[in-house]
Amino acid sequence: MIRYALNRIALMIPTLLGIALITFVMIRIVPGDVVELKMRSDGGRVTQQQINDERTRLGLDKPLPEQFYVWMKGLVTLDFGNSMWTGRPVAQEIGGRIGLSIQVAIMAALVAVLIAVPLGTIAALFRDSPIDYLVRIITIAGLAVPSFWLGMIIILVLLTFFKWSPPVTYVSIFEDPVKNLSQLIWPSLAVGYRYAAVVARMIRSSIIEVMQEDYIRTARAKGVGEFMVVFKHAMRNALLPAITIIGLEFAFLIGGLVVTEQVFNLNGIGRLFVDAVIRNDFILIQTIVFLLAIIFVSVNLIVDLIYGLLDPRTRM
Amino acid sequence: MAMLTRLLKNALLFCRLQPLGALGLLIIVVMASCAVLAEQVTFYNPEAVDFGAMLTGPSAEHPFGTDSFGRDIFTRIVYGARTALTIGFLSSMIGCHIGAAIGIASAYHGGWVDLVLQRFIDIILSFPIVVLALVVVAVMGKTMVLGIDLNLVFAIAIPIIPRSCRVIRAATLSIRTQPYVDAARAGGYSTVYILLRYIAPNVIAPFLVLLTAYIAQAILLEASLSFLGLGVTEPKPAWGLMLAGDSANFYNEAPWMILFPGLAISLSVFAFNLFGDSLRDWFDPKYRN
Amino acid sequence: MALDTRNETIHSMTRRTALLMPALALGSHALAQGAGATDKPQRGGTLSYAVTAEPPTYDLHQTATFAVMHRLSPHYSTLLAYEPGKYPNIIGDLAQSWTISPDLLTYTFKLHPNVKFHDGTTLTAEDVRVSYERLRNPPKGVSSFRQPSFAQIKSIETQDSLTVVFRMVKVDASIMDTFASPWNSIFSAEKLKADPTFPVKNVMGTGPFKFVEHVAGSHWVGERFNDYFKAGKPYLDGFRAITMTPSAMVNAMAGKQIMAEFRGFTPNERDRIVKALGADAQTHESPWMLHMLMNFNCEKKPFDDPRVRRAVSLAIDRWGGSANLSKVSQLGSIGGLVRPGSKWAASEAEMVQWPGYGRDMAANRAEAKRLLKEAGYENLSFTMINRNQQPYITAGVFIIDQLRQIGVKVEDKQVEIAAWYSAQTSGNFEALLDSFTQFSDDPTNVLVKYISTDRAPDVAIQRAIDRELDSLFDRQAEMVDPVERKKLVRQFENRLLDQAYAIPILWWQRIVVMETRVQGWTMSPTHMIYQDLADIWLK
Repeated sequence: MIRYALNRIALMIPTLLGIALITFVMIRIVPGDVVELKMRSDGGRVTQQQINDERTRLGLDKPLPEQFYVWMKGLVTLDFGNSMWTGRPVAQEIGGRIGLSIQVAIMAALVAVLIAVPLGTIAALFRDSPIDYLVRIITIAGLAVPSFWLGMIIILVLLTFFKWSPPVTYVSIFEDPVKNLSQLIWPSLAVGYRYAAVVARMIRSSIIEVMQEDYIRTARAKGVGEFMVVFKHAMRNALLPAITIIGLEFAFLIGGLVVTEQVFNLNGIGRLFVDAVIRNDFILIQTIVFLLAIIFVSVNLIVDLIYGLLDPRTRM
Repeated sequence: MAMLTRLLKNALLFCRLQPLGALGLLIIVVMASCAVLAEQVTFYNPEAVDFGAMLTGPSAEHPFGTDSFGRDIFTRIVYGARTALTIGFLSSMIGCHIGAAIGIASAYHGGWVDLVLQRFIDIILSFPIVVLALVVVAVMGKTMVLGIDLNLVFAIAIPIIPRSCRVIRAATLSIRTQPYVDAARAGGYSTVYILLRYIAPNVIAPFLVLLTAYIAQAILLEASLSFLGLGVTEPKPAWGLMLAGDSANFYNEAPWMILFPGLAISLSVFAFNLFGDSLRDWFDPKYRN
Repeated sequence: MALDTRNETIHSMTRRTALLMPALALGSHALAQGAGATDKPQRGGTLSYAVTAEPPTYDLHQTATFAVMHRLSPHYSTLLAYEPGKYPNIIGDLAQSWTISPDLLTYTFKLHPNVKFHDGTTLTAEDVRVSYERLRNPPKGVSSFRQPSFAQIKSIETQDSLTVVFRMVKVDASIMDTFASPWNSIFSAEKLKADPTFPVKNVMGTGPFKFVEHVAGSHWVGERFNDYFKAGKPYLDGFRAITMTPSAMVNAMAGKQIMAEFRGFTPNERDRIVKALGADAQTHESPWMLHMLMNFNCEKKPFDDPRVRRAVSLAIDRWGGSANLSKVSQLGSIGGLVRPGSKWAASEAEMVQWPGYGRDMAANRAEAKRLLKEAGYENLSFTMINRNQQPYITAGVFIIDQLRQIGVKVEDKQVEIAAWYSAQTSGNFEALLDSFTQFSDDPTNVLVKYISTDRAPDVAIQRAIDRELDSLFDRQAEMVDPVERKKLVRQFENRLLDQAYAIPILWWQRIVVMETRVQGWTMSPTHMIYQDLADIWLK
């Protein structure tokens, strides 16, 4: 098992390098850069000379391979460089915001699992019954409703019927859990609905699949009760693919927050990313994109390792 | 004629076995007709400002109300269907085709080509969809052709490529290792023949499912990008754009401004997902008996 | 001799004027204007307010964005300042008194004694001198954003530790505004000598508040500076500037999570807040020192022809746009090149003479079509480069619809700011939607946007050469008599609007909403001044 894990970790390195390279190249094709925006917003008057000087100061005039080398060297020494917009270290910019996004992602995942597991199981057990159809409609709707719109509807409902709007300034959960939750529960619901839909669908189809396996038939033939068949035999095997999807979706959830954070004025990684894109803050964009990719790859790894633990056959 | 009756018979069977899928198809057909016949469905101009009718609620004249420029929201949703379906369909077509081509080539060729291509696909897959599309759209700017931003189409197509590639590669792989394909290869049949005779028919089902599913994804993605101000821009009618900027300022006065465009997005994505889902079950022999 | 002959009253909107404007149909019960003037200021409390953007730097000399001003202004002092409640009257800030030589070439400032920096050191004339040297002649690595406004200063000397003398090359009618500019903050000479970029990442001034912390993307905190040189001030214990998006801001105001926002809301946002807060809300409105304009590329077809440019201007219904766009956006009043409501502005009778400003739109449109036909552009279509931001997008929707009505097709190409600027500098555009702002109404500051391209290539992007305009511009810049100067400004406007190298669309309207208990704040036509918070107190 340990060898398998080490192997998988070693395989990550070329992937990460590829991710870094693609990210870097993609961003540098952008015409124009942060300097114009920084110096000319709100009608500032600057000369071309001033713009060139600032580009030099930020290292934007260096050849691309050198810029890439500087970034790679920084990554290895955990020095990610400074935001081109604020001049503050990227680690500081991201560090101040990632906590919030991760909290929303975790809460959304909890919401999702709590809804999805019973929903998916019931739908599978009563396959092709009205209940199944209802669940299918609910879950397909979950995939259809854009989470940012759902967020807007949540705010609309809170405002119209409860004359209340969620707090717009963030407080850490350790400082004031009530205020923290009253702010973050809404975006968690908005993104959690889609997440729940995805997981419920996966659970439904994998239980249906498992129920047709020979060993379930054998168990039934042996006279094991239906309840035991489902919960002891079917569920255990059906949950394996569900774990995969929970993991994969979790990594994507943080990316999906990009849009929803705008609606709730959350000062998270998603909003930071959109701001960075709008400002052409290369250093910040490349670091965030790389970070999201790392989260994805790591979650993938963890899922694979859990899989390996639960199902030794996959450890090839 | 025989083919037509067979098609009709199949369609009826599909409706009977997959009522939800048939419902999805119906919604799609209605929306597509609206998009094509927009000028006939509504007589307002989607870009015409009417200060006399600013922010009026739903009424006989304006069934979905008007926005802050007095533009008819129903009209903008109908024309918005044109935008959404065009971009959704084009992106999904481009993404799925390129993905399928790479997937088939990768699986069929095998060896180091497969290895390198799959590593590359792995890398692209590790970028969240929205993030990738956002960076691409910011990088490429705008190239307008016939009122459609081609770069937006590509930005949405790119995240689809690796996903389509994965599925089609797996499908191809399962066929390629069949003994009869080996026999055909040994028999000296050309690659093109094998691809058309054996691979294509077996890949077409998952491909169609993918295509439908990714139209839904593409519509969602277009809406998200337009919402962030990085997709379709004013005054063109697009659903995500109708939710962006100003409309969030009208929670109290004009909730219809956020209600209807969101419903339009949800309904269209819902329809494509429903149809795609049923299509998958339909093609899957396991679900068929 | 005093240059401050201006006695214009502030256009802070009271309930009465709000009701006079038909466009702003507001529930009058909701608008409770605090009777602040008669109350005695109270000490204590923390002011919380919103700022929509993050500051790209802490250095006021090297930026032009309000995102910096609204956070940094409370930490710094300037030589002169605009008098609270009496805009645009200028009074001393660090300067206790000053004298101006009769030839207007020497300005001598006597500073307040015992002005302390936040680190406890005492401010001297040397700090003023070094700060102004940095502004007019920045060292390497520093870019002074308003460098041209110091061009007429010949030398800066300190006579003693509290006296600083500015000598001029020639008369500059705008120099007092430069001394009062909120951007020209005074830094510590000692810190600047050690590191010329010290203010970029550090906050250390003589202002009413000391810097406490800045959490990126979240908030900025300042606390009362007990050794502030103006006795008894500031009234507040501190302030907290919170970063948020415009739509969140409205909800936060409505939910009393913040007390104010000082840049400006749209009319709709104002109404939402006022509806939620009722008597707890106060609003202030004024035409903004900021106008939307369309630049033509006068070097290229079709806009090398003045008839085509004039036709476009004629097609735009400014009166209708003003009445209606002001309900949904920050676009508001109609004006020429100088701010409507300022002492330089044209009267309505003067304005309606300009092409496109007449009230009879049918006649305007007919004339526009005639001009296009005459010029051979009956089926004109063109691309307009626009910014991907509000209210530019709103203006774009409006303009496209207006031109559609005379059969002109416009493609609105919304781009991000870098592409927008590169179109300006490269001249690679047909028409470009733009806005222009300055921190004062001074005509020299404002008209520079419209002179010949070779004279001001950075701002006059219409690529036109018009020596008649240039000569009018130069004559007004040296004209000290305000009546004569106003006449020259009028001639300049008439000439420009007739040639239509660039056409003003609408001026922006500034609408500030805050809780009634916030007292002592002054409304002005620019959101860059009156932000040091020294006079603000909470009821």
